[in-house]
Amino acid sequence: MLCDDCHKNEACIHITQISPEGKIDKNLCEKCASRYGNFMQDPESEDYTVNDFLKGIFSKSPREESTVPQGLVCPNCGMTYQDFVHSGKIGCSVCYSTFRKQLIPFLKRIHGSVLHSGKIPKRSGGALVVQHEIDVLKEQLQMAVKSEEYEKAAEYRDRIRSLEQKLAAEREGAESDGSK
Amino acid sequence: MAVNDLYRDYLLSWFGTTGEASDVVLSSRVRLARNFDRLPFPNRANQKQLAQVQNLISSVFTKIEAVSGQPYDVVGMDAITEVERNILAEKQLISTRMAKTPEYRSAYISEDRNVSILINEEDHLRIQCMASGLNLAQPFDDASKIDDVIEEKLDLAFDERLGYLTTCPTNLGTGLRASVILHLPGLVYTRNMHNITNIAQQLGISVRGLYGEGSETVGNMFIVSNQLTLGFSEQGLIENLTSSVSEIVSHERRARKALVAYSKTRLEDAVWRAYGILQYARSLGESEVLELISKVRMGIDMGLLHGAPPERFSEILIASRPSYIRNLVGNDNLSQAELDRKRAEMVRRVLAGG
Repeated sequence: MLCDDCHKNEACIHITQISPEGKIDKNLCEKCASRYGNFMQDPESEDYTVNDFLKGIFSKSPREESTVPQGLVCPNCGMTYQDFVHSGKIGCSVCYSTFRKQLIPFLKRIHGSVLHSGKIPKRSGGALVVQHEIDVLKEQLQMAVKSEEYEKAAEYRDRIRSLEQKLAAEREGAESDGSK
Repeated sequence: MAVNDLYRDYLLSWFGTTGEASDVVLSSRVRLARNFDRLPFPNRANQKQLAQVQNLISSVFTKIEAVSGQPYDVVGMDAITEVERNILAEKQLISTRMAKTPEYRSAYISEDRNVSILINEEDHLRIQCMASGLNLAQPFDDASKIDDVIEEKLDLAFDERLGYLTTCPTNLGTGLRASVILHLPGLVYTRNMHNITNIAQQLGISVRGLYGEGSETVGNMFIVSNQLTLGFSEQGLIENLTSSVSEIVSHERRARKALVAYSKTRLEDAVWRAYGILQYARSLGESEVLELISKVRMGIDMGLLHGAPPERFSEILIASRPSYIRNLVGNDNLSQAELDRKRAEMVRRVLAGG
């Protein structure tokens, strides 16, 4: 479609002008449109979103596609793997366990890592907080051994032991309570 | 406090002129994405479930107020007008997504406007905290405390290996997006911006224009944020972004020095001309104002222009936005010419000190 004003350039902007004389609709090129005032396009109205991008990544992967068992549906929200491929969005927290096998390779591609090493919720993650501390200490222990700092290593080893005992005691306590 | 102030005030304490490196960094923000366990995420939730999310979060509302040490405004998105929603989006207190589809969405906005908690945006909860200048530690601390009081009572979607579970897999793990708004006229005028963008990408950092579209940024303002969220600690992500931003800041300062060294007179002239236009123009376009503000603000920060308080120019950034003006005039259907005239009027009023 050519611009309604100059009839030369391709029209790319549609304007509606309301004045006392009535309503005018026009399709204009960028140059002619600028004469009607200085307006900016909304930067966030771009049609292409990150989800579209993800959709592209997910659907163009025949290898993983073939490993999705037919009829795999999230028991909590009813999302199918196809829904995810179409929208690039996850349906609920349970989906992450339902589709874990399929999701992990994609997550690796996006983030490079699939192991959370940040904040852990205090209440629901009680044992996890301790476990996380142990993991960090074990890493430090290995580093210490590598650099032959055996005194430090022994210190880490003792702390790991005491934390592991604490963890075991907590788990026992939880089991005898019958709650988590 | 009157909710009306939300739409009429143009002063945002986090936007602007104080704090570290405030000659280049306008503001810092940390956003945490959180969801409730088992409840379908907003994109798959039905109306009843969306309402349930709102009820859950309102059950801890007093705790949130207590931990923040200040009252909050509760703003139901479908209870306010479209123009009012757009003003909140212009002030970056809500997202444009929320402004466009308001149903079952709401925002808790703190009295000092440094915190806004978005409910049923892409995730059930988006906790956003802001601070002026380059300061990501404080907003993270604030957001994390709010996260803690919510988690104390309510079960959040969390996985041992994957961290906090989010609607979009790109937010998984920490759910943390740290971002800063930078004013980079020096790098733009010396044509160095594309270098910065390329290098940043290799460091896992994204750079995009605050105003304008695509590569056509207006007003030399940029948002810089972390791209990855999984596999790093929150502190690690924040430190990485802070050090990258500090690097950009030093490049910007160097570029500004170079501009002064090579063309001080021309630079001074451009700055003062821009100031003159803002003071006397009777009609100002939206992008035009942004370009002029950028020049004047650069002039102030470089010591080329005296006697103009820099905070006025952060205020104009808000007071010259279209929805803000439409609301002030009380007319949604202003013509472009009328809008530009009102904008010039508003700019003069702010410059005169309100």
